[in-house]
Amino acid sequence: MTSIPLDYEILRLIWWALLGILLIGFAIMGGRDLGVGALLPFAARSDQERRQLLNLIGPTWEGNQVWLVLGGGAIFAAFPPLYAVSFSGFYLAMIVILLALILRPVGFKFRGKIKDPRWRAAWDWALFIGGFVPSLIFGVAVGNVLLGAPFALDDTMRIFYSGNFFMLLTPFALLCGLVSLGMIVTQGAAVITGRTNGLLADRARFYGTLSALATIVLFAIAGLWVAFGLDGHVITSVVNTSAPINPLSKSVELVRGGWLANYSAHPWTIAAPVLGFLGMAGAFVGLQRRLGVPTLLASSVGIFGIIATAGVSLFPFLLPSSTSLSSGLTLWDASSSHLTLFIMLLVTVVFLPIILLYTAWVFRVMRGPVTAESLEKNPNAY
Amino acid sequence: MIDMTVVELSRWQFAATAMYHFIFVPLTIGLSVMMAIMESVYVMTGREIWRKMTLFWGTLFGVNFAMGVATGIVMEFQFGMNWSYYSHYVGDVFGAPLAIEGLMAFFLEATFIGLFFFGWDRLSKVGHLVVTWLVALGTNLSALWILVANGWMQNPVGAIFNPDTMRMEVTDFVAVVFNPVAQAKFVHTVSAGYLTGAVFIFAISALFLLKGKHIELAKRSMVVAASFGLASALSVVVLGDESGYVATEHQKMKIAAMEAMYHTEPAPAALTLFAIPSSTPGEPAFQVQLPWVLGLITTRSLDMELPGITELVEHAAGRIQTGLIAYNALQEIRADGTNAAARATFDEHWPDLGYALLLKRYRTDIENATGEEIALASMDTVPDVWPLFWSFRIMVGVGFFFIAFFAFWFYRASVGKLDTNRPLLWVAVVALPLPWVAIEAGWFIAEYGRQPWAVEGVLPTFYAASGLKVSDLIISLGFFMTLYTVLLAIMVMLMVKIIKAGPQDNLLQAADDDEEDFVIAALPPTPANQGLGS
Repeated sequence: MTSIPLDYEILRLIWWALLGILLIGFAIMGGRDLGVGALLPFAARSDQERRQLLNLIGPTWEGNQVWLVLGGGAIFAAFPPLYAVSFSGFYLAMIVILLALILRPVGFKFRGKIKDPRWRAAWDWALFIGGFVPSLIFGVAVGNVLLGAPFALDDTMRIFYSGNFFMLLTPFALLCGLVSLGMIVTQGAAVITGRTNGLLADRARFYGTLSALATIVLFAIAGLWVAFGLDGHVITSVVNTSAPINPLSKSVELVRGGWLANYSAHPWTIAAPVLGFLGMAGAFVGLQRRLGVPTLLASSVGIFGIIATAGVSLFPFLLPSSTSLSSGLTLWDASSSHLTLFIMLLVTVVFLPIILLYTAWVFRVMRGPVTAESLEKNPNAY
Repeated sequence: MIDMTVVELSRWQFAATAMYHFIFVPLTIGLSVMMAIMESVYVMTGREIWRKMTLFWGTLFGVNFAMGVATGIVMEFQFGMNWSYYSHYVGDVFGAPLAIEGLMAFFLEATFIGLFFFGWDRLSKVGHLVVTWLVALGTNLSALWILVANGWMQNPVGAIFNPDTMRMEVTDFVAVVFNPVAQAKFVHTVSAGYLTGAVFIFAISALFLLKGKHIELAKRSMVVAASFGLASALSVVVLGDESGYVATEHQKMKIAAMEAMYHTEPAPAALTLFAIPSSTPGEPAFQVQLPWVLGLITTRSLDMELPGITELVEHAAGRIQTGLIAYNALQEIRADGTNAAARATFDEHWPDLGYALLLKRYRTDIENATGEEIALASMDTVPDVWPLFWSFRIMVGVGFFFIAFFAFWFYRASVGKLDTNRPLLWVAVVALPLPWVAIEAGWFIAEYGRQPWAVEGVLPTFYAASGLKVSDLIISLGFFMTLYTVLLAIMVMLMVKIIKAGPQDNLLQAADDDEEDFVIAALPPTPANQGLGS
């Protein structure tokens, strides 16, 4: 173990960043499909149009969802206490997300197999729920992380959680949920705009401009709320960034507006919220000008900025506790061992570029617009 | 104290969702490879029928795959949701193979599955064949990493307990990956998946022959399935999971329970073919035994002794005692991290710490455990014997049946007599559910037989659960079971529909044809439409 060439502290920082990249990766890639799902009943009015939308994302959505699976796996492998506390604490919220996500693979696959309009309408609802509900609840979860979750750890690291599902639905958390929904719907609208035409594209653009605008306004309100209405957590004891994990060894204080402290300490981090605003504004303009790829890029930058803003604000916290301040988890006291972080980094450095390469290749093969005619030609179309 | 109702419900939920998930996984594993074989023949010979076969079995594969994905994501999240103390306690070791599964396998499989279905007219023949093989590769690699994770729960190598972090931490990752139990499990489980795929294709093809439909496709499929199935059936039985069973103490307990072997037998142990439980626990009333066989299967030798349940329980009681020494030393280290004497004591006895934790079921301050409680906890190391005993016999019985089954059909295929005997074809159709019976029995043996441990010797199952409320679990278990059952029923309905429609290039066309059939069937029979029903 003495031969690990990277410091524990550096590895913890790298994994904090990698976790952010994986979650942003899911929001950008999976967000395409969740956004299209959430827009399904609004943008597409006929069965033909719905099939166009489903086949637009059909060939690539499964790969995109793996960003979420990998994000979950990476939290488990790199920050086991975070995985343990968040997944068990937000239990019923996780169940709702899972039930919604379960509907997606079967919805895509089963919908087209029978022609009955009631059958298809039922699966349209399932696919809408599968897109809308996770988009909203992932945001609600981030809102609750900023608020702090009601949990305490004991000396054996056993978790005692004192909240329930309805306590998650606070006004601030719902606001974050709407920001998340807004940015993902914008992403979905950008995808539709780029690869369809006619009325379908027009409707998607209409809802996309609305959601981009809403995201900008709600993101600004959330920022003001964090500055003036929310207590941030600040560590007041000396932090040993290379020590074995032990959350209870630190002391924490609440400071009004404390989640903004990183921006004054490191002014360059303001880039994150700025990118969030600029990206969404770019998506707004792009949608109005009927641009495809540039809108998608702008919207992706916006998503990156918004999620990075949450990460930077919380840093070094991963999941603060509202009831037992020192139980709050930070990247310094909730990580895996030095060796595990190093091994996982090696595997990631080898495989993530390979994944990006073949994903890019698959998108290239499947490029081009999805028209009504192209659907008739493919016997495997959804 | 830990709420045992929550633990029981958490176990039920995990078992139910895992067993549902594993209805779909083996078929995905088996069909992906067989489709790749069929498409390879298409690319090599250029014969359109082989492409048609790949497409037809691929359609069924796709419906099954969707269910596998839907139920799979639940599995990954459930560790944190329902087993949060487990996630903390062993996440440093156990999380890594799960994350690597995503990076190395699931990404590959899920990214290329879209191209498999949508890429036929966008890729060259060889290009599409490569895609199909990559899907099969991803599927098999996925099984490898999941079984590395599961194998570690059965035989936790390459890790030690760190008193400063209160968890197990990796010391030797190579040992975790090349864990003999994991490797044996991988070969056994993947072979079982291949066998499932072969039986699935064989049974449906046999049905086509009986109905006199799609003869060319059915016969070719049966030749592939019979040869692939024979190899898989031999592999699944000969390279059985038992090869890893001597690796650890509790694996020996599992063997003893599976065999209802209450006392150590002189080597080489006999295999019990059949037994009737008696009213006095500990001794079967009647049994039929095959001398030597058990010893050969499990130890691969004639002179290694297999311990019985009674001896293993005595041994466990001893380990609880030493575990308590480690537990007390751990308390001293937690109170004062610089206590070198306590650390030395802990380092000497830590492998038995998990045994002391078995006492947590009976009292919180286990350092004051009575002799009676230690006796109770040591008895807890015995899994229920008879469910394991019978599950094992069902699984092995099915395995041997399929060796005979495929050997017979392989012979019939070589002499060109696939479709000459209708009763035999019906047997093949009726055999369709058997692989699932064996596979679910096999997982039951592996996981129920591991009890009372979540991780053998390290972490008792009851100690690993999240502190959820009973109401949380009733809600989640209710929703999962309802949704899974509805979706399973829909999947079977769709598969029947696809099979009835038979192989063709355009599935939506098939849906139209079905509707027409239905309309015609509703009309009074006339000479013109009478023939269509059969």
